[in-house]
Amino acid sequence: MGLSGIAYFIARRVLTLVVMLFVISVLIFSLLYLAPGNAVDILLGARPRTPETVKLLTEQYHLDEPFLAQYWIWLKGALHFDFGESIQTTLPVAHQIKERLPTSLLLAAYAFVLEMSFGLLFGILAARKRRTGVDRGIVAISVVGVSTPAFVSGVLMLFAFAVQLRWFPAFGAGEGFMDEVWHLTLPAISLAIVGTAYIVKHTRAAVISVLDQDYVTFARARGLSSVSVMLGYILRNSLISVLGLSAMILSFLVVGAVIVETTFSISGIGQLLVQAATSQDLPMIQGVGILVAAIVMIANLAADLAYLAFDPRIRLRSAK
Amino acid sequence: MTDLVATQGQARRRRLGSKLDFSRWLSWACFAFLGLVVVLALFGPLIAPRDPYAQDLALGLVKPSSEHWLGTDDLGRDVFSRVIAGTRTAVVGPVVIALGSMAIGNVLGVLAGYRGGRLDSTIMRWADLMFSLPSMLVIVVVAGTFGGGYWLSVGLLIALTAPFDARIIRGATIEQAPRPYVEAAKSVGLSDTRIMAMHVWPNVSPIAVANTCLVFASSLVSLAGLSFLGLGVSAGTPDWGLMVSEGRSLLFTNPVAVLAPATMIVLTATAMNLAGDWVYDRLSAQGAIR
Repeated sequence: MGLSGIAYFIARRVLTLVVMLFVISVLIFSLLYLAPGNAVDILLGARPRTPETVKLLTEQYHLDEPFLAQYWIWLKGALHFDFGESIQTTLPVAHQIKERLPTSLLLAAYAFVLEMSFGLLFGILAARKRRTGVDRGIVAISVVGVSTPAFVSGVLMLFAFAVQLRWFPAFGAGEGFMDEVWHLTLPAISLAIVGTAYIVKHTRAAVISVLDQDYVTFARARGLSSVSVMLGYILRNSLISVLGLSAMILSFLVVGAVIVETTFSISGIGQLLVQAATSQDLPMIQGVGILVAAIVMIANLAADLAYLAFDPRIRLRSAK
Repeated sequence: MTDLVATQGQARRRRLGSKLDFSRWLSWACFAFLGLVVVLALFGPLIAPRDPYAQDLALGLVKPSSEHWLGTDDLGRDVFSRVIAGTRTAVVGPVVIALGSMAIGNVLGVLAGYRGGRLDSTIMRWADLMFSLPSMLVIVVVAGTFGGGYWLSVGLLIALTAPFDARIIRGATIEQAPRPYVEAAKSVGLSDTRIMAMHVWPNVSPIAVANTCLVFASSLVSLAGLSFLGLGVSAGTPDWGLMVSEGRSLLFTNPVAVLAPATMIVLTATAMNLAGDWVYDRLSAQGAIR
């Protein structure tokens, strides 16, 4: 019974994901027709409008077919990672995405590690030192952190660490893995600030609510060391509520990446999306848009499954 | 009952003594700063010492001086005046977003929470769809397609924030719905619309007020971010987000041109977040929020 309950839960979530991605793909495809102006003119961009170029584009994008047939062709292409050609650069969209995706993923992973480690650390610290100066200091800093958009913290850090102190490089991507990580440090920190502030806030609340539980008192009474009580009982239970935040953290990472990559001139897909958006490069907007939406939704599903794996109570509830 | 809770709260406040003086001082500072921001947003162009649009290419970029308190940017525009004039675009959009999304969110949330059933699940499924996508991604994609613009971003942010508000208000309404006063109103024969508007809503409105402050703060940050990306206000407009973007290349020469608008964004958002928390604490101490 339990196993089939889980299977049912996963099947339902995967089905929802497929349906939502389908809805989003229809919306993203229709952008070409919703955009002001005619599809051919948009796809032409700055190129001259001659009968030849119009004929070429009509053939390439099947513009003479009915809407649904066009969508079907586009979707088949998208599933094969073919989103057409960028208007700006006339290079294949997929090619540019592939080139830039690793940098963005590295940046996001780096920021995620920072968020998790510092968020949990300060959250636990604030909860342990509840109602002291340390606690209030951490809470105050996290309120400022939530209110500091990534581009502001990014510019401030560029000023402090790259311009004034010259500890970090201001621009550039770096050679080799370690150098690349080094170049991504300031961007990752500014990307991580908002998420860290949220994790601190929630970890603090979660740890405080767990601290007074009977099982923690009992573990202490049994003479377990404070470290093992912290790791085995308090942290483990608080992590569950932090995992519940994962959708929000993920969304901060994606939003932040768009802004941080522009702030630090990092060639990732966030910067690609902004460049496409400011120049109305529709095939590029569609390609990056659907790809990021898919990544976000799949990561959310993964987080939900991790939640399921972490917390036996949810497994039991869904089995009922 | 409410009086009792309030006096307990006051007694606790007195006991805490010095700590509270700081938090009281802080909330006063917040409200004073927000008052200043409102004044600047209303009368900014009158207060600004110079024309925020006036270029002085012959002067070019200068460091802060008695003439130009925060220096000028590379086009010779007075940074101090531009920061003051930029208050308006920084504040008007978030106010419209906070009020608009709260209006929609309150109506849908109370409806969903009070009526329940299919209406409830339809509204909540719609909210789920909105939750599953990062709002900024949607805005950048749509703004890119339609060419961007301040009011387009404002409209999109209302549509994307309303589901969050609806969910919060729905939760509060579900708690109110089974209470005796609702049943009493029903037994007198009042219409559902009247009960929702005149009886249920006043009881969930404290949460709505606190939440409006938080929505204001987050949309201030989002709108400034969009202007920073070049998808918000049009080029040349004095706007904090755009000024940070334009001033990035001036970090080596006149960093104040970036630091001033950046500080204003952080201070305004922080003050509004604190004000929201303050309203929430205050109302829950009075027993208005449970």
